[in-house]
Amino acid sequence: MSIGNSIEFMGTPAQEAELKKVIAKYKEQPGGLMPALQEAQGIYGYLPYEVQKMLAEGLDVSMSEVYGVSTFYAQFSLVPKGKYIISVCLGTACYVKGADRVLTAIEEKLGIKSGECTPDRKFSIEACRCVGACGLAPVMTVNGEVYGKVTPEQAVKVIEKYMAKED
Amino acid sequence: MKMINLTINNIPVSVPEGTTILQAAKKIGVDIPSLCYLKDINCIGACRVCVVEIVGRRGLTASCTYPVEEGMKVLTNTPAVRASRKTTLELILSTHNRKCLSCERSGKCELQKLAADYGLDEDRFAVEEELVPIDYSTPYVVRDNNKCINCQRCISACKNVQAVGAIGNIRRGYDVHVGSPFELGLGSTACVGCGQCIVACPVGALSEVSNIDKVWAAISDPAKKVVFFTAPSIAATLGECFDMPVGTNVEGKMVTAIKMLGDVEAFNMNITADLTIVEEANELINRVKSDKPLPMFTSCCPGWVKYVEHFYPEFIPNLSTCKSPQQMFGALLKSYYCEKNGIDPKDLFVVSVIPCTAKKFEVEREEFHADVDVALTTRELAKMIKNASINFNELPDSEFTDPFAIATGAGAIFGATGGVMEAALRTANNLLGGNNEAVVFSDVRGTTGIKEATYTINGTEVAVCVASGLANAKKVLEMIKSGEKNYLFVEIMACPGGCINGGGQPYQFDAVRNFVDLKAIRASVLYKSDDANGLRKSHESPVVKALYDEYLGAPGAEKAHHLLHTKYTARKKYN
Repeated sequence: MSIGNSIEFMGTPAQEAELKKVIAKYKEQPGGLMPALQEAQGIYGYLPYEVQKMLAEGLDVSMSEVYGVSTFYAQFSLVPKGKYIISVCLGTACYVKGADRVLTAIEEKLGIKSGECTPDRKFSIEACRCVGACGLAPVMTVNGEVYGKVTPEQAVKVIEKYMAKED
Repeated sequence: MKMINLTINNIPVSVPEGTTILQAAKKIGVDIPSLCYLKDINCIGACRVCVVEIVGRRGLTASCTYPVEEGMKVLTNTPAVRASRKTTLELILSTHNRKCLSCERSGKCELQKLAADYGLDEDRFAVEEELVPIDYSTPYVVRDNNKCINCQRCISACKNVQAVGAIGNIRRGYDVHVGSPFELGLGSTACVGCGQCIVACPVGALSEVSNIDKVWAAISDPAKKVVFFTAPSIAATLGECFDMPVGTNVEGKMVTAIKMLGDVEAFNMNITADLTIVEEANELINRVKSDKPLPMFTSCCPGWVKYVEHFYPEFIPNLSTCKSPQQMFGALLKSYYCEKNGIDPKDLFVVSVIPCTAKKFEVEREEFHADVDVALTTRELAKMIKNASINFNELPDSEFTDPFAIATGAGAIFGATGGVMEAALRTANNLLGGNNEAVVFSDVRGTTGIKEATYTINGTEVAVCVASGLANAKKVLEMIKSGEKNYLFVEIMACPGGCINGGGQPYQFDAVRNFVDLKAIRASVLYKSDDANGLRKSHESPVVKALYDEYLGAPGAEKAHHLLHTKYTARKKYN
């Protein structure tokens, strides 16, 4: 388990070597923290404790500073994305058609909340705004594949389908 | 210096260029309120409480950051200004935990004062919010975000003044709050425990971990013998908790008050300050003779020691191995004093009164085996005196209890930046056969962040440096590391100005801190008491002499080494 996160950090030596290059590039540069975080997220897909610690030590800034910037910008994520990214539309049309119940059903099925990732990194859930298919409301997508007019029960079936897939 | 002429509330004022409107207003007797501005610490114009009108300018201006201009007409008391301040304050109150009665800062809270001054409706915008968890992860500081108003003073104190950065802003907008990385609590960070965040906080979001109850329990336990000892700077500041003017020496009343708390002894910690000097001077001379790492750094400040352990472990060999005066005293009480009085050390309850929150961490360090049971801040001692309904201001004076009563003036000045250095120079000067009359070393006095001096004592050049505030210490360490500077002996205190400005010292409103040099005035008490003392050199202390004769042997001898010296441990910056 990683510090401040329920998902184990699985960084590879190759990723660390790449991060070190990023650190070297921005070490002497004033205001280098933000682009360094951006590139670090590019390498790891998210910004866990271990990565922020390496950045703080490498760039000689406090961890408070690194954490502050990483939580300020919505584009930075402290949680990894799953192999299957489930998006549930909470736009107006979907919402009035009961998308919140669809989301709750998925959250309960996977045991995680919106914005989180399962410990096996297979699924992550996010709420989104309008995928442009209001006629199919409520809508959910899995890795871009659209499922329309879903009931909470059907949504759970969709998840089960992906659960059954081999890694 | 170019002077700027302006009017404030139609009164002409002339101030040096670069002065802010807030500072200039003080000249005509107007204290513009502010919740985020704090001199030398935080100047960011964020809270919008200090707004004023400038004639001819649209909107209101934050006076804490805006410099005066020639011919400027400032109005600090118009309907628009009053209405804006009131609304801003009511918005700040809307998410503030308004449990004032039981709040640690009640009566000393800047927000509470402004609420009264501006006749606020505390419920005008109030929202019901779930309380967030309080950070109890350290043995010295409690952080309660439910009372935080996001003024940023603590963050600035930690990052800019102390170069630690244990806390910062997290998230943004409405969700923004102060915290440690990954919300793991201060205990997971390289926080050194200096408590500068506490004294900078305008409200009750930061306070010390209180140990008062443990002390009361020991006092009422018939099996326990309770002894107090007070650090040099307590007598210089305790009076402030009882509304006395800054700079009042209350040593006599303090001793009387402690003795009135119960069947307790009141000892003088200046004695172990003297002892520290004798041991440290001996150590320094040995280091020079035996080619051990130089410069030697003082080790009496536990915030500084922890800073080195976290941030500069490569300098651990340079830290004097002398325990701090607090820990020397604890060790002597649990050995010498117990043996002499036939007390079982486990029945002796030792309370130190210190101006410091880091000392609460120090007493819990494993290597000190709980020699000191509890460390109380100046504020906590004041609270105990109030708990006991003692009318402090009208107390007669009394003397510390023997055998730990008499100390030298050198011990007294430990509480101010440069004091340890000056005390050491007095003794070193004698040991090296210098001028026997020399007692005042004024180059190392004063509240400047970094002070340097070189003295030639009997042909030996002694280059010294004194720094207070850890950002200054960092500068000094970097200069030593790069080889730019070479010193023999370096004194560092974590808090700017030294212990008189410690994190455990009485709260003072921003209106005082922004215009009064607290550090200098408090320090002047110590220098006056040094002047008035017939004994000025630590090694001439009769108590110290007796301790060596009766018990310790000689400075650095086996027993002295065992009881009075310690070791340090490198610590990680992060988990």
